[in-house]
Amino acid sequence: MAAEEVTLSSHIQHHLTNAKMCSTDAGLAFNKACADSGFWTWHVDTLAWSIGLGLLFLWIFRSAAKKSTTGVPGKFQCFIEMIVEFVGDNVRDTYHGKSALIAPLALTIFVWVFLMNLMDLIPVDFLPAFAGFVGETAFGMDSHDVYMKIVPTTDINMTAALALGVFFLMIGYSIKMKGIGGFIAELTLHPFSTKNKIGMIFLIPFNLLLETIALVAKPFSLALRLFGNLYAGELIFILIGAVGLMQLPLHFIWAAFHILVIVLQAFVFMMLTIVYLSMASSDNH
Amino acid sequence: MNLNATLLGELIAFVVFVLFCMKYVWPPLNGAIEARQKKIEDGLAASDEAEKELERVRKEAAVELNEAKSQAAEIIEQAKKRAALIVDEETTRGQQEREKIIAQGHSEIDSERNRVKEELRTQVATLAVVGAEKILEREINQDAHSDIVDKLVAEL
Repeated sequence: MAAEEVTLSSHIQHHLTNAKMCSTDAGLAFNKACADSGFWTWHVDTLAWSIGLGLLFLWIFRSAAKKSTTGVPGKFQCFIEMIVEFVGDNVRDTYHGKSALIAPLALTIFVWVFLMNLMDLIPVDFLPAFAGFVGETAFGMDSHDVYMKIVPTTDINMTAALALGVFFLMIGYSIKMKGIGGFIAELTLHPFSTKNKIGMIFLIPFNLLLETIALVAKPFSLALRLFGNLYAGELIFILIGAVGLMQLPLHFIWAAFHILVIVLQAFVFMMLTIVYLSMASSDNH
Repeated sequence: MNLNATLLGELIAFVVFVLFCMKYVWPPLNGAIEARQKKIEDGLAASDEAEKELERVRKEAAVELNEAKSQAAEIIEQAKKRAALIVDEETTRGQQEREKIIAQGHSEIDSERNRVKEELRTQVATLAVVGAEKILEREINQDAHSDIVDKLVAEL
């Protein structure tokens, strides 16, 4: 830690700040220099950890896929197939239709989000302190200026990106299954409908408003649910980390509880994705 | 909120990961699972089939075994009868043989006895004549008394 005084709030603040990168007129700039770079700021830690974990997921599953046999599977293959079957069963139960995308999408979301959430169980100070140490010794930075947020799902950008991807797919599936006309009709002719033509036109604005809110609420709820749960959990880990020796039992209890949250949130995100896409591709409104 | 370009980066990463998963991860894994399920299903069906076949063959074998047993019993019965028959036949034949041999022996003995008798008779006749000759030396004319001696020999 830096020589200047570290208050509890600055400690927490430090933990909740991403490592930023942006390009300025003077070339690449980092962290505090990016305070007013606006949209074109990159959260390097979120990107690195999430992409690293995503690659880890793909590597594990790809190596299982390469070695997969139809004969007697090994323990590793059994484990991987257990996850694949779990996701596959959920998709089959919820999404009635043929799609080569939904199942791998659900698998990617489930495992990727789970791995990212799992980072929450690493004691909050380990990796940031290590990063601070590396920054101080290798780059001569003040360790308090080195930021490292290791749980990508506590970054709204991460969860919003996932939700946005699902949102695009929802619209895409709607248009693919019902046509553009069908999609527009769905947005404008429900939930209020009448046989009267003039009445129908009169009702369009209300329907459009309600349906648009309903549609947009889905990605918002997806993104904010995951972000909120993980952010809150992370915050509590940070607070527990600040209470001295008492943190040991507290951390254990919260971590044990958090194991549930981690899996559950990954599962919920996956399940809702399947449900939303299933709703988007079915006609019964 | 703190939305920034990270969102775009993550969105691109998300798309790439999903596409990769869709192309290189899901199909082989799911394919392997489904192929194995099919294999197990086929194997179970085949084992059911084999079990039925086994049951059928077992019944068939039991029937055949019973048949074979009765056949064997029959054959043994026949063999016993035949053996008894052969024993009877042989006994009869043996008896006949014995009788024949005994009869042959009897006749042989008879003929031998007759031959010996004849020989003895001639020898005794000769001895008698020689004895008579010795006793009577001169008195008896061989030519004149040979008929008496012959008669004597015949009476022996």
